Amino acid sequence: MTTPLDQLFTKTRSENRAALIAYIPAGYPTQEGCKAVIDAFADAGVDAIEIGFPYSDPVMDGPTIQEAANTSLEAGTGAKEVFEALAHATARGIPSVVMTYWNPIEKYGIEKFAKSIASNSGSGVITPDLPVDEALPWTTATHSSEINSIFVVAPSTTDARLEKVTAQCSGFVYAASLMGVTGARTGISSGAKDLVDRIKKVTKIPVAVGLGVSTREHAKEVAGYADGVIVGSAFINALNSADSLDSGIKAVRTLVEQLALGVREGRG
Amino acid sequence: MSTSSTDIRAGHFGQFGGRYVPEALIGALDEIESAHNAAQKDPEFLAELAHLHKTYSGRPSIITEAKRFAEHAGGARIILKREDLNHTGSHKINNVLGQALLAKRSGKKRIIAETGAGQHGVASATAAALMGLECVVYMGEEDTKRQALNVVRMKLLGAEVVPVTTGSKTLKDAINEAMRDWVTNVETTNYLFGTVAGPHPFPTMVRDFQKIIGEEARAQVLELTGKLPDAVLACVGGGSNAIGIFYDFIKDKDVRLIGLEAGGDGVETGRHAATITGGTPGVLHGARSYLLQDENGQTVESHSISAGLDYPGVGPEHAYLSEIGRAEYRAITDAEAMYAFSLLCKTEGIIPAIETAHALAGALQVGRELGKDATLLINLSGRGDKDVVTAAEYFGIPL
Repeated sequence: MTTPLDQLFTKTRSENRAALIAYIPAGYPTQEGCKAVIDAFADAGVDAIEIGFPYSDPVMDGPTIQEAANTSLEAGTGAKEVFEALAHATARGIPSVVMTYWNPIEKYGIEKFAKSIASNSGSGVITPDLPVDEALPWTTATHSSEINSIFVVAPSTTDARLEKVTAQCSGFVYAASLMGVTGARTGISSGAKDLVDRIKKVTKIPVAVGLGVSTREHAKEVAGYADGVIVGSAFINALNSADSLDSGIKAVRTLVEQLALGVREGRG
Repeated sequence: MSTSSTDIRAGHFGQFGGRYVPEALIGALDEIESAHNAAQKDPEFLAELAHLHKTYSGRPSIITEAKRFAEHAGGARIILKREDLNHTGSHKINNVLGQALLAKRSGKKRIIAETGAGQHGVASATAAALMGLECVVYMGEEDTKRQALNVVRMKLLGAEVVPVTTGSKTLKDAINEAMRDWVTNVETTNYLFGTVAGPHPFPTMVRDFQKIIGEEARAQVLELTGKLPDAVLACVGGGSNAIGIFYDFIKDKDVRLIGLEAGGDGVETGRHAATITGGTPGVLHGARSYLLQDENGQTVESHSISAGLDYPGVGPEHAYLSEIGRAEYRAITDAEAMYAFSLLCKTEGIIPAIETAHALAGALQVGRELGKDATLLINLSGRGDKDVVTAAEYFGIPL
């Protein structure tokens, strides 16, 4: 199987640059606003989109994404709205995945969830709280729906375990840059490069780095050693500091343009 | 020990249990698991813990026959296991002493804990003070208000109490916040989980530290009555006091094990915390078990007059014991619990925790069902000092 996401990394590798991967929770800031954010992502040069499935108990997320998820949940976002956002992103021709905690998948139906990803032209799913030890029913479903199963690894993940986790990964390996939760930070942890180097010793799958990436400089730095740069909270902050949806969308667009330069500058 | 009659494979209880956590925590959970397994085989550790039980928390706890209370329970014989008499006022100290000793042996300088009613927070702060560890307790802002006395106790003991303002501002959100702290500070910090929920090894480890309740009680009841009880009852939030008293009786197939969940305004109203009675299987806080959730898998807020039972999840071993029919679970409403609370105060001179009052209300029901020849063993899991303000408001007693 080859998903649009797989094809993207073939392309960015041939261009000797990193891919810019942008995150937005479905239904944020509103259902329509989310589609406008996705359009801004597509227009301004994002390479791949992560649609977040807002969840009531997001233990991997810092305050920015928690609050965005709450806002979205209060507005009634559920699986239907997540797949609508995914369909909107893929219709723009952008390789897209869903990022979700495990329980919403289990409640929706494991096989059915994988099938709905595929039927909305999604490339795969990132599951931040599903260790590979519990993942057999899920990877069985992703294989039969021919979508990517993307797992998250951390600086604390041992080499032996990296081998085990990346063996179940496809699309890319999500490397958490630091020990902690999502959120914009002033600098990129020095542990990120070490982790990417360790991952590259055990797998040929592309590696994308997330957690704390928010500026062109960060993107440039990460692009120096990783195949993908993941940005999330910084877009939510941009939307939140704007006084209207329109100016928020403009701010998102500007940030994407900056980050898109960053991912092209890292290889010197 | 980490293998037991109900562990099918390590960390799993049938389809329940397991580990659903960020990869960042896997190493720490492995470390705690192996430290626990080693400690359970280490005579020095076991002796140190036994010494603390004997000289610090006051074990073995006694049993008390509640004869006047029993008159209201169909005349059945009612025996109370007095965990309320432990230092810090509940069974929570049993688990905390074990986990804090483990943290110390692993060279950790800092412990974190979540708390609902504040009993686990107070116990954690106590153990931290005793062993010279830094202690941070996460507590829902809502709970810091209804359990203000316990907040002061924790602060007096030198702990930092962090009010959690996200989500429902109760125990569930305190656990989320403690997990986030742990993901960030895992190298220096052990998370002292307070109940038999959460990712493996917590359900197994906490049970191992709480099963002393049932081991003592089984021998004490045999000595007093010459036979095993007909039923063992305990309240169930996360389920640590219940698994503690149930565990040694699981092998005694004729002994009924009955868990009493918080029915709040009534399970039919949707405003309750009766997870097994009114919930469905799913994953919350790192394990598959029963939980209160909506059609999108979002956790639904629980409701109970008792902060300690106000939790939308339950330990996976309880889910399993329910599924295989070895234990039964019933819901007790706020009103039923408060009636039993008042009755125990006035018939026995014991003010129970409101959590525990759910088990006492269950005893009134089961006693009437089984009649005067039956013997019921009730885990009196905690004392009610912390609940006097809630009780005063409930009964309209001016403060």
